[in-house]
Amino acid sequence: MTRTAKFRVWRGDANDGALKDYNIEVNEGEVVLDVIHRLQATQTPDLAVRWNCKAGKCGSCSAEINGRPRLMCMTRMNTFTDEETITVTPLRAFPVIRDLVTDVSFNYKKALEVPAFSGPANLKPGEYRMEQIDVERSQEFRKCIECFLCQDTCHVIRDHEENKEAFAGPRFFIRLAELDMHPLDTLDRKRAAQEKHGLGMCNITKCCTEVCPEHIRITDNAIIPMKERVVDVKYDPARWLGSKIRRREGL
Amino acid sequence: MGMLMSGTITTPGRAKIAARHLRTDKWWVQPLITVAVLVSFIIYSTWRAFENAHYFVEPYISPFYSPCLATSCVEGASGFGQPFGSWWVLSPSLLILVFPLGFRMTCYYYRKAYYRAFWQSPPACAVAEPHKTYTGETRQPLILQNAHRWFFYAGLIFNVILSYDAILAFKNAEGQWGHMQVGTLVLLANATFLWLYSLSCHTCRHTIGGRLKHFSKHPVRYKLWTKISELNHHHPKFAWISLIGVALADFYIRSVSTGFITDLTIF
Repeated sequence: MTRTAKFRVWRGDANDGALKDYNIEVNEGEVVLDVIHRLQATQTPDLAVRWNCKAGKCGSCSAEINGRPRLMCMTRMNTFTDEETITVTPLRAFPVIRDLVTDVSFNYKKALEVPAFSGPANLKPGEYRMEQIDVERSQEFRKCIECFLCQDTCHVIRDHEENKEAFAGPRFFIRLAELDMHPLDTLDRKRAAQEKHGLGMCNITKCCTEVCPEHIRITDNAIIPMKERVVDVKYDPARWLGSKIRRREGL
Repeated sequence: MGMLMSGTITTPGRAKIAARHLRTDKWWVQPLITVAVLVSFIIYSTWRAFENAHYFVEPYISPFYSPCLATSCVEGASGFGQPFGSWWVLSPSLLILVFPLGFRMTCYYYRKAYYRAFWQSPPACAVAEPHKTYTGETRQPLILQNAHRWFFYAGLIFNVILSYDAILAFKNAEGQWGHMQVGTLVLLANATFLWLYSLSCHTCRHTIGGRLKHFSKHPVRYKLWTKISELNHHHPKFAWISLIGVALADFYIRSVSTGFITDLTIF
């Protein structure tokens, strides 16, 4: 069944821009990205939009739909009523390049600040051995498609540009958690998380978890466990004393 | 965290949109409910803590007053002695409430709930907060949230005491064992939900096995961790049920104590 939907799309660049209204045809089974493509094909050939897989796996078509960070390709049109005006804007936490395309290089810079996996010195690559249950724990974090919706919704940087220097964001807290939970990683991720990557700035309000299209339980399975691990090494005198006496680092 | 206008959602270079948010759903409902329930609980529990009366009626003691540790406690209420003696002249409830209060105040779930609902940091996802600056939990006093585990341990002691109180509720008003009244069920339900709230806690999950790097070397702890993780999914639910439950248990005992209702005997 075909109908006409009311869309309001943000058009502009880093200097200026505004929401523009469009009426556009929608067919059964379509997602927001389909409609944006039709808009581009029929009414606004210069509309800038980043996309790639159209299957929720590349993380390219991140935008804000009716004010909520979503993947355009995973937002079905039948979740809106016929009367509703659907507002589509670029991610509001990052600099805009044009229309719906933002500059997400902040995230690439933060990625570089997290040192890669560092295995034991006495083992060469190829000699690493792990039990299946130890591998499984971090698999959830490896589902991340780097759409950066969690980074976009996180109020620590969304509402406070000045925190971008000190705060890595939820995407990189799951990376740190993945590495800290890796049985063979040897670097101190706990202190680094708190002292270099701004874990303490997170007030666990769970918006990252709410927007994750891969349903990674970012707060419960990565951020809070990392906060507890930080308490172990920095704020728990009993644990600290215990570790000095019994030398049980790396349980 | 300073309070002033909106933050940097309108930073130059970002898409020029003046609106604080563009959400069209009822995002304000959840924080509103949180405020309503928590404020109601705070008013009720403060009143009850200072009332210093109607907290004990054989065989029940209110969870707001257990253990009752001062000489001023009513006769029969101090099953764990009166170590604070007679110098404590205020309500004996005030001696103990700091522990369950501290446990809930530092709880990871309640933090989310009240940071959103009361401090509006943020009020909802992608709704700009009203603060000019933000430092999260990096400084005093919020860095004290890291003491959650100590309140968790204290909370476990209270759970044991309240479970003991629930067992005592298998007596009747004359002190004879082997009976059950509606009040017995009330105290049993209260203790059960408090245990579920504590055991589903993120700190409990971490202590049981979350802190391990090698699950494979600790099979028993790993198994327990998987069970606690399942409970942990329901932590918010248990947080609310146990909060309302503890107030209802207190209200029930107060109502029986004042004669407002009769405690029906089951057997």
